[in-house]
Amino acid sequence: MKKIKLPHGIPDYNLGEIVREVPNSEPPALPVNKKLKVIGKRIKRIDALAKVTGSAVFTADVQLPGMLYGKILRADVPHARIKSIDISAAEEHPGVFAVHIFEKRYEGANPKKNSPESGYPDVIYAGQPVVGVAAVSTDIAEDAINLIKVEYEPLDFVVDLDRARKPGAPLVYQTDVDQEASSGGEDIEEGLKSRGNVRGPTTRSFYGGPRGDLEKGFKEADVVIERTYRTQVQTHCPLETHGVVVDYNRGHVTIYASTQSTKGTRNDFAKTFNLSKSKVRVISEFIGGGFGAKHSLGSFGVMAGFLSKKSGRPVKLMLDRKEEHISAGNRPNSVQFMKLGAKKDGTLTALKQLSYGTAGIGLGAGVGNIAQAMYECPNFKTEQYDVFTNAGPGAAFRAPGNVQGAFALEQLIDELAVKLDTDPLQLRDKIDKSMIRKVQRERAVQLLNWKKPKKAGSDPGPVKKGIGVAQAHWPRFVNLDSTVEIRVLRDGAVEVRSAVQDIGTGTKTVLAQVVAEELGLKAEDITVLIGDTLFPIGPPSGGSVVTGSITPPARNAAHDIKTQLIELAAGELNTDTDNILTENGWFFSKTDNSKKISFHDLAGKLRVEQITATASRSDDYGGFMVGTVGFEELGAVQFAEVSVDTETGFVKVDKVVAVHSCGRPLNIGQIESQINGGVIMGIAYALYEDRVIDENTGQQVNPNLDQYKMPFTFEVPEIQIELIEEYGARSSTDATGIGEPANIATAAAVANAVYNAIGVRMTELPITPSRILAALNKAKKENNE
Amino acid sequence: MNKFSWYDAASVEEAQKEVNSTVSQTIQPDADPNAAVFKAAGIDLLDLMKEGLSQPAKVVNVRNIPGLDEISFSPEKGLRLGPNVTLSQIADDEQIKTHYLAFHQAASHAATPQIRNMATLAGNLAQRTRCWYFRSKDVVCFRKGSSTCYAHIGKNENHAIMSYGYCVSIHASSLATALMAFDAIIEIREKDGKIRLVPIKEFFVLPTVDRTKETILEPGELITSVFLPAPASNRKSYYIKMGSRKSQDWPMAEVAVVAEFSGTICKSANIALGAAAPVPVISTLAIEAITGKSIDETTAAHAGRAAMEIAVPLSENAYKIPVFEAIIKRALLAVV
Repeated sequence: MKKIKLPHGIPDYNLGEIVREVPNSEPPALPVNKKLKVIGKRIKRIDALAKVTGSAVFTADVQLPGMLYGKILRADVPHARIKSIDISAAEEHPGVFAVHIFEKRYEGANPKKNSPESGYPDVIYAGQPVVGVAAVSTDIAEDAINLIKVEYEPLDFVVDLDRARKPGAPLVYQTDVDQEASSGGEDIEEGLKSRGNVRGPTTRSFYGGPRGDLEKGFKEADVVIERTYRTQVQTHCPLETHGVVVDYNRGHVTIYASTQSTKGTRNDFAKTFNLSKSKVRVISEFIGGGFGAKHSLGSFGVMAGFLSKKSGRPVKLMLDRKEEHISAGNRPNSVQFMKLGAKKDGTLTALKQLSYGTAGIGLGAGVGNIAQAMYECPNFKTEQYDVFTNAGPGAAFRAPGNVQGAFALEQLIDELAVKLDTDPLQLRDKIDKSMIRKVQRERAVQLLNWKKPKKAGSDPGPVKKGIGVAQAHWPRFVNLDSTVEIRVLRDGAVEVRSAVQDIGTGTKTVLAQVVAEELGLKAEDITVLIGDTLFPIGPPSGGSVVTGSITPPARNAAHDIKTQLIELAAGELNTDTDNILTENGWFFSKTDNSKKISFHDLAGKLRVEQITATASRSDDYGGFMVGTVGFEELGAVQFAEVSVDTETGFVKVDKVVAVHSCGRPLNIGQIESQINGGVIMGIAYALYEDRVIDENTGQQVNPNLDQYKMPFTFEVPEIQIELIEEYGARSSTDATGIGEPANIATAAAVANAVYNAIGVRMTELPITPSRILAALNKAKKENNE
Repeated sequence: MNKFSWYDAASVEEAQKEVNSTVSQTIQPDADPNAAVFKAAGIDLLDLMKEGLSQPAKVVNVRNIPGLDEISFSPEKGLRLGPNVTLSQIADDEQIKTHYLAFHQAASHAATPQIRNMATLAGNLAQRTRCWYFRSKDVVCFRKGSSTCYAHIGKNENHAIMSYGYCVSIHASSLATALMAFDAIIEIREKDGKIRLVPIKEFFVLPTVDRTKETILEPGELITSVFLPAPASNRKSYYIKMGSRKSQDWPMAEVAVVAEFSGTICKSANIALGAAAPVPVISTLAIEAITGKSIDETTAAHAGRAAMEIAVPLSENAYKIPVFEAIIKRALLAVV
């Protein structure tokens, strides 16, 4: 071990240095960004040209010799026993090479008892895959699908959260069930019992269990607020749908996948098909977004595997937009019963949270740890229940749980500020112990020229303006299974190799930046080869872990390479290694500037064709808070300004101010893109998106992008981003992710702004004209009484 | 999508000879397996075919027939539009903007620029409802031959609030709403070549009359022109659409007002509502309320409320009533 002095704190606020004891293999401390050349700059994405010219190859673009096209016949009933399946006509259809019937379900929770008499798994949601076909074209595969006859014996079903909770509701599962969580970070507690369709409760997170004594806390309170909040089901809608190309060739399998985890996809496939991991290769060069839903192989990936194995040919299987909506994951809905107690001065005395949510046939419908972790409150208890319904399985979705949780918690805090007649930022100064959010609030006060918001609903005229604030909490997760190899070739080429994937967030570019900075090169000098399990395994793109997990080993490996090159340079320049300086593509003698050799020429002197160095993620400097969760958090404060037309109920978001931090920023442009995306997705959640399932048929009625409403250009307001540089001295790059924190606070900020505009609290998402008008109407009636 | 043959017609006569079915008929359980249908831009037809709702054996393209995409205007005769005039042509035409503002506004707020560049006037009028049950191949709704209107008993936030019987779908065309307010005339060429002129009020069919279709068009009949009356110096118009999004969206509620003034007094008015009923409707109650009055905040609001007196909302769409009240009021105030 050795001691190094690292930058610590926030520039222009409390920046100083801290000494950490780190392993000898760690590189020297990286100075603050303003002293660096490549890191922390607005570097253009290294794959920008490939993307805008269309030369980037996504999974849907992959063409292999002899490749077939797969299609899945999905159940059009929400709950049924399969009595018979006749695939004979499909098998005989010209151009069809393989037909496969699923003998079990490969999604949702796994019932401990799953042995239907028919030999087929029961259908438990409309959209469940039943049979797959591989043919020479998608059209022929579709024709063959239409020739398959499935006889269903319909069963009673339930798709509504409240109805599913009632005694006597049709049961989705007959027994207790469990489910392995994906690497997307949804909380699933093992071994919990079910009563009817209701499983749980979960009462703990990695932050611990209940605290203190709720009853005592509420007794001490001067103000008690009780309110029920509801959030809707949101689907992920990545631009690129889920899909794979599986080439199952003589026991050796190559899979091209649109995935957030090459490792997870490989491991799923190896396990499902009983193969050694070394026989399965997953390639994922470009991915069109995932948002949490693409962490595993998926039932479609299993189907493609069977079809390729049976036909002996590669099979491409991309989901269409409807399949994407009904079967490829969603953010579970929630009903949250909240009760908050506080003293007159704002001090929280008690917080109680009881929630139910449905992830359809899956688990993971909790409302996160934000209520437990964000504010100081000595007495706290949460009970979070999963409710099963006959609907497509949920999946991790950009800050799973905490987005739902923030909508309730942050409106509750806002309501407390109104009740206490205090500024919502001052109240948070009192109850929020996070240093980063304190600084963020201070910045926002200056930026917005903030004063206490006007009295709610006080604007004259039918269109009323309002401002609202909400905060985000997201833990700093680290994934230690993050390895990078760096190679330098004799022609001076530098390669970064890792199985880590870039889901569109810019991972390739930050890797190039970190390595270029270390080697004294430019980002475009670095070739980044990632998204292939032939390379050392990298982290899944979930939990906002990637940047914080993969850039430190990249820098460490680059440092190792640099050390090797310096030794070579010292020999060539006839000086000591201590006397070598690396800058702008040159190796210099510190004492004699005329003694120098270019990176390119030095590489030409290598004894072998390439040198290589490999590094894995070290533990955080200073250790972890718990497990592999770091000490600092990824907090954020967001503000929304809205206009509400009280005659029509239409809400327009006029502006969002987002104050964020993600440790040491690596690429400002990419971070801003992430925040823009998170805010837009949050506005979508606040005002527009809603998966609607018909209770009479069990079918989603809006499984498209026409009637499933996402915001378009006119709905996106001005988004002002303030990024705070923050040094925690936790790793050799000290960087972290930003994807999830960007999406947590927006909907709550919009809801608080709507309250400030109209003086009525919107407790249910999305905030549609219908809900605004109903709430205004109700308030009017109550005032008249 | 099913396989089909393609026929590129060079003339109206040729196209009519090839066609033996309406698109609506292909959606019915007793659809002719040899159905041949018209296609202009194909915007709606493609949606219906992709979902598997319509499976024609032959698609007869009328898009390339010369002379069908012309706009002509004279202050005496008014406006004549060919059936293949695109929504973009309407939105970009200065004469239309000057003399038929509501029609211009309806065309320029429909769909997206890309769709407006393709979509034709006649195709827009003949498109089918966007009811999400009707549009799903997994649901056999009342309009597609079953005895159940699932919207009536289910998810109906977008659906009708008046003039419905059992089916509560709403008509999708915003252009139709504006054309209703202008008392447009539709010229139809019958299969045998005979021309008939139909006032737009008689062009649309309520599901209580025939649930299988939304217009009076018979197999092989083609819209050949749409006429709008000559402008008058004392006549003004305005159109307002409320959709959940500002662009690329269907209306939740829309209104087109055409009014004639004598000084500040509204001498006569035509007020058409879209997304309120299975067909675009004229609100006679609103017209009665405003005719002979000077339009101000009070009288305009009164007309809005009057229009909604006959509204019978469904379980999820009562919100449409205040939205219509507000936009009728605002449109009236805008034409003063």
